Amino acid sequence: MSLAFDDYGRPYIILRDQGQKKRMKGLEAYKSNILAAKAVANTLQSSLGPKGMDKMLVSPDGDVSVTNDGATIVEKMEIQHPTAKLLVELSQSQDAEIGDGTTGVVVLAGKLLEQALTLLDKGIHPLKISDGFDRACDVAIKHLETISEEIDIQANEHEALIQAACTALGSKVVSKRKRELGKIAVTAVLDVADLARKDVNLDLIKIQTKTGGSVEDTRLISGILIDKDMSHPQMPKEVKEAKICLLTCPFEPPKPKTKHNINISSAEDYKKLYQQEQQYFVDMVKLVKDSGANIALCQWGFDDEANHLLLQNELPAVRWVSGTDVELIAMATGARIIPRFQEITPEKLGKAGSVKEVQFGTSNERMLVIENCQCTKAVTILIRGGSQMIVDEAKRSIHDAICVIRNLIKDNRIVYGGGSAELACSIQVLQYADEVSSVEQYAIRSFADALEGIPCCLADNCGLNPITSVAQAKARQLQESNPRIGIDCMELGTTDMKEQRIYETLSSKKQQIQLATQVVKMILKIDDVIAPDDY
Amino acid sequence: MDIVGNVLPQVLKDEATEDKGEMARLQSFVGAIAVADLVKTTLGPKGMDKILKPTGPGQEMTHITVTNDGATILKSMYVENPAAKILIEISKTQDEEVGDGTTTVAVLAGELLREGEKLIQKRIHPQHVIAGWRIARDVALKRLRDISTENDIESQEFHNDLIKIARTTLSSKLITTDRDYFADLCVKAVLRLKGSSNLDYIQIIKLPGGTIRDSYLDDGFILKKQITIGCKRRIENAKILVANTAMDYDKIKIYGTKVKVNSMDKVAEIEAAEKEKMKHKVDKILKFQPTIFINRQLIYNYPEQLLADSGITVIEHADFEGMERVAAATGAEILSTFDAPERRDQVLGHCDLIEEIMIGEEKMIKFTGCKKNEACTIVLRGSSIHILDEVDRSIHDVLCVLITTVKNRRVVWGGGNSEMQMAAACEEEAKKVQGKQALAIEAYARALRQIPTIICDNGGYDSAELIQNFKVELQKGNLSYGLNMNDGTVGDMKELGIKECMRVKEQAVMAASEAAELIMRVDDIVKCAPRKRERA
Repeated sequence: MSLAFDDYGRPYIILRDQGQKKRMKGLEAYKSNILAAKAVANTLQSSLGPKGMDKMLVSPDGDVSVTNDGATIVEKMEIQHPTAKLLVELSQSQDAEIGDGTTGVVVLAGKLLEQALTLLDKGIHPLKISDGFDRACDVAIKHLETISEEIDIQANEHEALIQAACTALGSKVVSKRKRELGKIAVTAVLDVADLARKDVNLDLIKIQTKTGGSVEDTRLISGILIDKDMSHPQMPKEVKEAKICLLTCPFEPPKPKTKHNINISSAEDYKKLYQQEQQYFVDMVKLVKDSGANIALCQWGFDDEANHLLLQNELPAVRWVSGTDVELIAMATGARIIPRFQEITPEKLGKAGSVKEVQFGTSNERMLVIENCQCTKAVTILIRGGSQMIVDEAKRSIHDAICVIRNLIKDNRIVYGGGSAELACSIQVLQYADEVSSVEQYAIRSFADALEGIPCCLADNCGLNPITSVAQAKARQLQESNPRIGIDCMELGTTDMKEQRIYETLSSKKQQIQLATQVVKMILKIDDVIAPDDY
Repeated sequence: MDIVGNVLPQVLKDEATEDKGEMARLQSFVGAIAVADLVKTTLGPKGMDKILKPTGPGQEMTHITVTNDGATILKSMYVENPAAKILIEISKTQDEEVGDGTTTVAVLAGELLREGEKLIQKRIHPQHVIAGWRIARDVALKRLRDISTENDIESQEFHNDLIKIARTTLSSKLITTDRDYFADLCVKAVLRLKGSSNLDYIQIIKLPGGTIRDSYLDDGFILKKQITIGCKRRIENAKILVANTAMDYDKIKIYGTKVKVNSMDKVAEIEAAEKEKMKHKVDKILKFQPTIFINRQLIYNYPEQLLADSGITVIEHADFEGMERVAAATGAEILSTFDAPERRDQVLGHCDLIEEIMIGEEKMIKFTGCKKNEACTIVLRGSSIHILDEVDRSIHDVLCVLITTVKNRRVVWGGGNSEMQMAAACEEEAKKVQGKQALAIEAYARALRQIPTIICDNGGYDSAELIQNFKVELQKGNLSYGLNMNDGTVGDMKELGIKECMRVKEQAVMAASEAAELIMRVDDIVKCAPRKRERA
């Protein structure tokens, strides 16, 4: 930062370590921020749509991941620039709130910033731009609601849900099996959904990955799969009509939290203590056995002696079950989590149809499946695939699909994809622009242009001529006043997205436009950046 | 950031790099193809081996590995290129899933990408290439399943199939000269498992010395341990107690316990009490009336002596896997408490004869005539530890393939037959498909055909001519023909008895296509700044 000097040649020091800081202000700051944010958006741009490409990300430790998911890409890019980081957060909040459309939201923000840059060059004040964007955003959202359609999610074996899931999966590496995976996701969500309250507890859907096989081998298990095996190799591998005792205390002598010492000063003490210790194990196992449980799942470890006593008492047990799994099992089987052996009662046991050990591949890895649980129908989606990267990407994709379905169950209004909704909004915003008499008019018009950028980008990624195809679609929308005309990405011969059955949730689209506008407004308000020099 | 709008501000961290579009793609192709080319020469019966030398300080030259196994080679390589890492990853998965075909999968993925690169140079969009590959893959897999045959698991044909598959798998390994011998050995071992797929129960003991031919399958079970001195070396009709319990000093597990005494007498008392406690435990063990006591943990002199006095043979420090094997073989329960001698019949294992034997220089304990005969032991002999390691890997591959075959039961003809048939199916399909995808389908067929081509090349034969002749034979309807790598001709696989497990091929094709697709879809590579490490 340049220093100012007084008459005597002494510098004015205002900030601490002023000499080592860098300061940007005014137009310079705006432009630098916009360029940084746009750089991120540009990276994501080619991932948009069904023919979008993937990004390969190498972590600081050299691990490779390949993904198409916007939120994951920006997260793993380890972005340093503060304004660019805003876009990372943008994508992540879309992910947290909606779960899908994480790429779209960043691309839209990028397009808006691009427009803002030209407006700035025209000499329009940034606040005017952000006001205009704000008004345009309201118009777009309202229009989205008018063009949205309610769908019957029950009809035709949940066909609409499957189609929406397929739309979400269409851009991913698993797109070839989108129909099968879509069905799995729909079944999983419907199994755990509370349709009366229109709510879905996604915690009940466990996504477990295992490399090997192929993506086709992905399947839905109507139960819980945990990556554990029986504590003793000779315990039975299957328990039918299981009564599950869920413990969060180890099969070990108690370790009181208060610090204490037991001093042994004589041989009698020693013997007593020994007997006491032996008794502990016998008691523990007895308490579990007496409650009527026929399988014990424990969050902690077992002592060798306890382990053997369990075997001897024909009580299969599993140790080191993770905390989240314990909770899931508790929810599904109706078991109460028991923190102390003394509190085991028959009512606190969970019930399940069967608990069995299954094995995969040659490497001798086993997992436990708990099926036909008593209470809710917790489900597990077991994802298979040729390598860790594919499995990871499939997991992210299925998560997106599940989120879309959940959103549809919450709010069954949809808009059509393929850029048609954005185009329709753009047309509406453009009309509104002419009605505004102030400087904001330009900003509103630019907002419309930015919205048009999404179908443009889609067309570009699909190898179509972006300008021609968007122009054609726009003309047809106006002529036929049909807001469902979009870009024919899959080359199916129709641009009517209703015929192509490309469904997107209204909530996701609304959120995308709102979030993107907010972030752009925020970036446009920054006129001064003070940062360390080495930055 | 001096001139506004002209310089892009730095978005990523220092040292982080981003490659886009063609640059990114080029980088992945180069990396993946390089890795595939590296393992290419190990493919097939005439494939060559690789020497792997460890890097880094402290590790001497003594640790070198000589191997032909794709997964082992790829696992040991340190690569920087992310696409190359994907190839290594699929090879590892192949190893875990079916155990063999680890080279094939990497080579196939590499060849697919080589063909893909050509298509991209022709300005075909990667998504079109992928669309074509997806069609091709389905067609290929369908053909593979169609040409596979299945035999009943009990039948003699199935048994013969297993031997043929084992021979085929072994033919590319170091022990190819003795493949008949080893094929028989492996098949016997796998059949003992009676359909279970737990490889842990097949123990492989490697002992340098003798020749490879001296290796054998022991119908009993061998524990690589010694009988404690002073015990009987030969026990007939043994009752075995398998335990996992502390036999050193039995420490008190209650937390926070401390011994605090104020006189020497007390110390002596406690020592006596400790001793008595151990004696008590031994007494409890004695109530089971075993003739041999095997413990996973250490046994101190005192209990050992007590047990030996009662005429019980003691084996200490058996490792965990060893214990499980002993338990499985003899039908014993692994005990940690000894309060229920009435369950004696259930918990004790039985075997007809236990004796200490010498193999080479080492003493081992051999169990013959066990109650449950699930576990078995393969003793490998050979002139050096490098050879033994390689033989071990080969045998492991064979066992995995055999277990997979037992589970899946479908077999196909070897000698490149399945690849050629799949390629033919793809080419037929390409004629029916409209659009640019057809080019990708043809490319897929070419990539598949590369596998037998490489096998020919590695054998030093004229691959162009052989593959063409091969194609003609298939066209004529000789569907069981394949490459005869002994004479460098195309021959009937039925006569040569070369069969392969369908599941291995299936997995290889699936995994390779998935990996190739994954790499093909990438148009941007972001490498984060490497984590700074403190140098020790």
